[in-house]
Amino acid sequence: MLKIKEYVKAESLEQAYELNQKRTNRIIGGMLWMRMSDAQIQKAIDLSGLGLDQIEETEDAFILGCMVTLRQMELHEGMNAMCGGLIRKSVEDIVGVQFRNLATVGGSLVGRFGFSDVLTGLLVLDTYVELYKGGTIPLAEYANMKRDNDILVHVIIKKTAGRYAYQAHRNTKTDFPVLAVAASMVDGKVKAAVGARPQRARLYLADAPTQEAAEALAAAVVTGSNMRASAEYRSHLAKVLLKRAFAEIREKEEQ
Amino acid sequence: MIVSIQLNGKKIVDDISPDMTLFKFVREHGCYSVKCGCETTNCGLCTVFFDGKPILSCAMLAARADGHRVETLEGLQKEAEEFGQFIADQGAEQCGFCNPGMIMNAIALFRENPEPTDDEIKRYLAGNLCRCSGYEGQLRGIHAFMEYKKQGGAACE
Ligand SMILES: Cc1cc2nc3c(=O)[nH]c(=O)nc-3n(C[C@H](O)[C@H](O)[C@H](O)COP(=O)(O)OP(=O)(O)OC[C@H]3O[C@@H](n4cnc5c(N)ncnc54)[C@H](O)[C@@H]3O)c2cc1C
Ligand code: FES
Ligand code: FES
Repeated sequence: MLKIKEYVKAESLEQAYELNQKRTNRIIGGMLWMRMSDAQIQKAIDLSGLGLDQIEETEDAFILGCMVTLRQMELHEGMNAMCGGLIRKSVEDIVGVQFRNLATVGGSLVGRFGFSDVLTGLLVLDTYVELYKGGTIPLAEYANMKRDNDILVHVIIKKTAGRYAYQAHRNTKTDFPVLAVAASMVDGKVKAAVGARPQRARLYLADAPTQEAAEALAAAVVTGSNMRASAEYRSHLAKVLLKRAFAEIREKEEQ
Repeated sequence: MIVSIQLNGKKIVDDISPDMTLFKFVREHGCYSVKCGCETTNCGLCTVFFDGKPILSCAMLAARADGHRVETLEGLQKEAEEFGQFIADQGAEQCGFCNPGMIMNAIALFRENPEPTDDEIKRYLAGNLCRCSGYEGQLRGIHAFMEYKKQGGAACE
């Protein structure tokens, strides 16, 4: 069972960062993932008092504080209108409403979970993460970085006109996805992210959203086996979901 | 550490351990409707309202609830009884263990969306697991309750 010696409600990011440099201290996001561990935490650092739970819309971007919940992302009309509901679709099957009212975008990206719908969906958008010390970097770069003790402060989603699609397959509702696929077409350039392979989501590029391109891309997707599905099944699913996502992109109006 | 939490309208000041969950806190203060049905944060049985929103109390530290408003089924008696009767009328539950979490979340649904479609109902309640029934009875109960509301039953806040 998770043990916590001391609870600290951070009064500034600097204080949170300083505390987070110690290995036995830990930032708490929604705590949903963390609570399942047996960690012995010296100081639990709570960022919930720093006003990082808002989605701000600027002229060219949506800026999400790290404590924004998956439910806020699901319900945000402007953000979902921009991406044809891709964000909503990527999070709406994650456990339940009560869970999504707690799980944070920060915790979801810092965890870089292999099964992550959140990471898969955001990878095909023009997404950046703002780190307290590490500056602002593209999400695709962040996803491949080794985990460190920096704080993810904001997630920045640039407004980009394009066509977007999200497809995932679950063995049963509310379970982790067996495979998750997000796709986009911006200025004729096609991107697809494939997550829950079961390894972490990866980005792939295609020339056009055609059935042939989907097949070729699926053949390049590296899959593995775990208790949810075999590598063969995932490779088959990759073909099916990529084809569906590309078909959706062909049929959709530009957002 | 000392926290002050408004539980079902009553301010409670208590000295708690930093890793106490909100689930444990509400039970220690007599709210036994709130139960723990899993170790993995996905059964919905521990649902409470935190500043009016349904959350899983098993996953939140009571420390984080300091200065906030928490409601359990005990605090929603009238609303819960009114709706619960429709679930009971359908014989929807068998063991009944899932019921408090299901009622809490159904109330949250009606507060957000008083006339949900079947798809919206199923989506909203997807995080409430029932291991006895196939959810059909609960769905019938929800339909009957919505019909009663349409016919002018007391308003759901
Ligand atoms: C039962 C269950 C089912 C799930 N199913 C799915 C699913 O189907 N699809 C899916 O995509 N996800 C799923 N998830 C993952 C979930 O959506 C969240 O991504 C996950 O819980 C992490 O978010 P959190 O806010 O709970 O973070 P926490 O558990 O609080 O934190 C996770 C890690 O990130 C660190 N951290 C948190 N915030 C920051 C920050 N701002 N800066 C630096 N470090 C930080 C913490 O120290 C911790 O190490 C599931 C999780 C559970 C427990
Ligand atoms: S006890 Fe199962 S979700 Fe909280
Ligand atoms: S009636 Fe037994 S778990 Fe739902």
